[in-house]
Amino acid sequence: MRRRGSFSRAVFIGTIVFLFMPLVVLVLYSFNDSRSGSWGGFSLRWYVKLFTDSPDLWRAFGNSAIIALGSALVATVIGTLGAIGVNWYRFRLRSYLRTVTFLPMILPEIIIGVSLLVFFSGIGLRLGLFTVFVAHVSFNLPFVFLLVLARLEEFDFSIIEAARDLGANETQTLLKVILPITMPGIVSGFLTAVTLSLEDFVITFFVTGPGATTLPLYVYSAIRFGVSPVINALSVVMILGTVALTWSMRNFLKYIAAK
Amino acid sequence: MKRGPGGLYAAPSVVWLTVFFIAPLLIIVLYSFMTPGARGGVELKPTLDAYRAIANPVFARVTFNTILVALGSTMITLLIALPCGYYMARSSKQTLLLLLVIIPFWTNFLIRIYAWIAILGNEGFLNDLLRALGLAQDSIRFLYNRWAVMLVLVYTYLPYAILPLFSTIDKFDFSLLEAARDLGATKLGAINKVLLPNIRGGILTAFLFTFIPIFGAYAVPLLVGGTESYMLGNLIADELTKSRNWPLASAISLVITLVTTIGVMLLLRANGTNVLGGGGGKEESEGKAGKLDALAGAAVVGTAAVVGAAAPAGGGR
Repeated sequence: MRRRGSFSRAVFIGTIVFLFMPLVVLVLYSFNDSRSGSWGGFSLRWYVKLFTDSPDLWRAFGNSAIIALGSALVATVIGTLGAIGVNWYRFRLRSYLRTVTFLPMILPEIIIGVSLLVFFSGIGLRLGLFTVFVAHVSFNLPFVFLLVLARLEEFDFSIIEAARDLGANETQTLLKVILPITMPGIVSGFLTAVTLSLEDFVITFFVTGPGATTLPLYVYSAIRFGVSPVINALSVVMILGTVALTWSMRNFLKYIAAK
Repeated sequence: MKRGPGGLYAAPSVVWLTVFFIAPLLIIVLYSFMTPGARGGVELKPTLDAYRAIANPVFARVTFNTILVALGSTMITLLIALPCGYYMARSSKQTLLLLLVIIPFWTNFLIRIYAWIAILGNEGFLNDLLRALGLAQDSIRFLYNRWAVMLVLVYTYLPYAILPLFSTIDKFDFSLLEAARDLGATKLGAINKVLLPNIRGGILTAFLFTFIPIFGAYAVPLLVGGTESYMLGNLIADELTKSRNWPLASAISLVITLVTTIGVMLLLRANGTNVLGGGGGKEESEGKAGKLDALAGAAVVGTAAVVGAAAPAGGGR
C-alpha cells in the first residue's frame, strides 16, 4: 500500500511534538541565567538555589512524601481487604460497596474536595495534615480496591477450599495463599495510590490548612504569587525523578508478575 | 461465592467510604437547603434561596461557558486522539508509541500547567521568540482567555482519550476495512461506515474520561483563564471561600453531581454495547450495573496505565 496512514501518522507526530514541547521549554529555561523570559546565558544558579536555599519547598516536599506514603499504605490495606471480601464472599452491603467504589470515578475532583471540606468543618475537625491524609485515603481507596479486584478475579474460590482442606485456618489462608497470589495487584494499587496522592492538587487545595502545604500546593502559590525560576529547576528534577521512579516501578512490576 | 468472613474483610472499606465519601455528599444535599452562616457554614434554617440564586443570569452564563469549554475541548481532544489511536494500533512499535504518549504525563499536573504559562506568558518563550524574529514589538497576550483554557485542557486530557481509543481500535479487525474497500467504498466512507460504528464503545469511554473532569475543571481556568472563561468549578470555590455562601456552593456542586451521574447513565444506556468496546473488562453485561463496572474498570486500569503503575503485560491483564 502506498501511503497508508500518512494522515494519522502526521497527526500522531504533531501530537507527540505538542505533548513534549512544554517539557523541552522547561528544561531549556531551567538553565537560563536571566530572571525574565528572555535568554540570558547558561547557568546552573537555579539548581543551586533549589538544593541549598529553598526551605519552604523542601518542607512541602516532606509533607507530600508523608501524605503519599501514609495514605497509600492505609488505602492499600483497607482496599485489599475489601476486594477480598467482595470477590469471594456474599454478605450484606456487598452491592453497596461495589457502587460506592465506582462513584469517585465518575465524579469531578472538585465535588469530592468541596464535600470533604464541608464535612470536616461540619464535624469541627481542624484543617491540616490530618484532613489531607483522610482525603487522600478516601480517593485512593477505590483505585486500590478495583485494581486488587481485577487481579483476584483471575482466581477461583477452589484455591481457598484447597487451602482449607489441607488444614489452613482463616488467618493462614489469608497470609499464605490469598496475599501472595494477589501481590501484583496490591503493589500496582499501592503505587497508583502513591502517584495519585503526589499528583493531587484540587482535592488537597480544599481540605488543607495552615502548615500543611504539599508540593503541588507550593507550585500553585509560586505560580500565583510570582514565579521564581527555581520552579523551572524543580520541574526538571521532578520530571527526572518521576521518570526514574516509574521506570523502576514498571520493571519491578514486570518482575513480580513474572514470578 | 460463599458465606463467610466477607463482611469482616469488607467492613473497613464500607465504614471508611460511608463516613468520608457518602456522608459528605449527603451533607452537601442538606446544606444546599439551608441559610448561609455569617462567616461560612450554615444556619439550620431551611430555605430554597440557594436554588433561587441558581436561577439568576450570572449562574446561567457561567454554566453556558462551562458547557461550551467542556464540549469544545472534548471534541478537539477526540478529533486529535482518534487518528493517534488509529496510527498506534496499526503500528508495529506499540509499546514505544504508548510510552511516548504517557511519559509527558509523569510530570506533575501543576508543572504541566506552569509549562504552558512559561510558553504563552507575556514574558514567555513564544513572545520572546516572536520578538527575536522581529514579528512582534510588544508582548502578545496569549493567556487568560478561553482559548488558553481550552488548549491546556486538551493538553491535560489527551492521553485519557488516546489510551481507550487505542485499545479499542487495536482489537478491531482491519480486514473488514479492506473488505469495504474491495466492495467499492471510498477510504473515508469505509472509516465512517465500518470503523467508527465498531469502536463506538471506545469513543464513548474517551468522551467520558475527558468531558467529566473538564466539566468540573478548577485549576486550569483559575491559572490560565480570564473573567470570560470562569467555569462552574471556580464559581463553587469562590462561593465557598470568598462569598462564604456555603448553601449556594453546595447547590452548584449538587447540580454538577447530578448532571455527571445522569449523563453517564444516559450515555451508557444509549450505547447498547460494552463501554470497553469488547475490551479487557468483564464481558457479561448485567445491565446498567455491569456497564458501570466496566467503565470503572476502564477508568482504573487507564489511570494506572497513565501514571505508569501498571505493568505493561502483567498486573490487571
